[in-house]
Amino acid sequence: MSLRGASSIAGIGSAGIGNAPGRNAMELMAESALAAIADAGLQLYDIDGIFAATSTHAFPTLSVAEYLGLRPRMQDGSNIGGSSFEAHLLSATMALAAGQCDAALICYGSNQRSAGGRLVSMSEKQVHEAPYRPRHPITAYALAAGRHMYQYGTNREQLAEVAVAARAWANLNPDAFAHGPLSIADVLGSRMISDPLTVADCCLVTDGGGACVLVRPDRARDLPHPPVYVLGAATAGWHRAVMCMPDLTITAATESGARAYAMAGLTHRDVKLAMLYDAFTINTILFLEDLGFCGKGEGGAFVQGGAIAPGGRLAVNTNGGGLSCVHPGMYGMFLILEAVTQLRGQAGARQVPDLNVALVHGNGGTLSSQCTALLGTRAAL
Amino acid sequence: MTGPEAEYRAHLEAGRFMIQRSRSTGTYVFYPRVAVPGTGERDLEWVPAGGGGTVYAITVNRTREGAYNVALIDLDEGPRMMSRVEGVETAPIGTRVRARIVQEDGAPLVVFHLESGA
Repeated sequence: MSLRGASSIAGIGSAGIGNAPGRNAMELMAESALAAIADAGLQLYDIDGIFAATSTHAFPTLSVAEYLGLRPRMQDGSNIGGSSFEAHLLSATMALAAGQCDAALICYGSNQRSAGGRLVSMSEKQVHEAPYRPRHPITAYALAAGRHMYQYGTNREQLAEVAVAARAWANLNPDAFAHGPLSIADVLGSRMISDPLTVADCCLVTDGGGACVLVRPDRARDLPHPPVYVLGAATAGWHRAVMCMPDLTITAATESGARAYAMAGLTHRDVKLAMLYDAFTINTILFLEDLGFCGKGEGGAFVQGGAIAPGGRLAVNTNGGGLSCVHPGMYGMFLILEAVTQLRGQAGARQVPDLNVALVHGNGGTLSSQCTALLGTRAAL
Repeated sequence: MTGPEAEYRAHLEAGRFMIQRSRSTGTYVFYPRVAVPGTGERDLEWVPAGGGGTVYAITVNRTREGAYNVALIDLDEGPRMMSRVEGVETAPIGTRVRARIVQEDGAPLVVFHLESGA
């Protein structure tokens, strides 16, 4: 049985993107969920499937069900870091196709900026890494960046291009947290945190909640927005701790991407918007390579000259990304929200023209979990 | 029966840096496990690590308290481990290093130093 097009995203919502003092993670998650349900033209009591992950809830689907007063038939609280929500797209699609639920809510919320301004994590210590005091996640990504530079000649200016492009997109997005000019020189001159990554190579620390609602396509026809179909979705994971990553320059996105493309019957050439989880500048380069947009080792050259900035050869992270739009700790939900906004043609000044296929790629842990989904309009179905 | 993690630490306490090897396949394993990852052989025995290694990746964490490196070291036997290279701020990828056991926070810890400076 093919799952291609077996579900569609009918509603999206967000809350507290950026700074949301005085509101807790569950409040932001619930506000987002209610906004997504309303956007879908559904009622709260229509939701019978809950898919959720946060950095603060051990049993997130139970917490969401209790808070909203729902009694879900189907729930999936799988937590594979920031990529959880792309994985939830797959499990929600399977659940809808199998009749295990009729309206699936995927949701997330975090107040990590207001709560302390630091990355919050329930992650247990990796006992064979912790004595050396890695400052994960950044240490892991710095190790990968350094190895990529060593093997392929990637340089800091190319890493900086990723941050500069993200800021240029953010400047077109009124909802983005970081606005204003950012140059390659600014990035290079920023405070070094973990060689070769400066503070400007690192994602934001913000608050924010996000949610989406999926239904089967037959139901979507009666709802207010044109459906955004899940054409393909796949997950892959090869390690937990970065010391066990087989090759720091090749991520499991090579597998999740290939499987998602195969399910969708598409290739990278069909993708006109790539939403790539940019927790650090090296991520975007790695995922452009591993998802087929360029060859291995060519990602640095690929992004040069504004190639992924507005007006470039490929639209990447048009909301401004985790680097300049929003990053409350687990960013994956916001990739989906931007892709849907773009596929609906509602992205305003940053709208990608003639868009029918968007790729969303979530990353979790220390390059550990990789989840890819392909979303499309009716024209792509 | 003691598990491999506790056995590894007991060897370190006794001043021995030991890793595992499959008797049938010769595959080296680190960190310590109950079976060879991916293939599942249970015939793991303890063998002394030769102590030689190569820097696979390295970064310098810069904090208010100072700068220190964190490295991934490829042991000559094959497995990779996280550690640090002592005596230098950083070292190029590919640098030859040698293990030693130090005491830190009341526990033994494997760190590396430059082979050329041994």
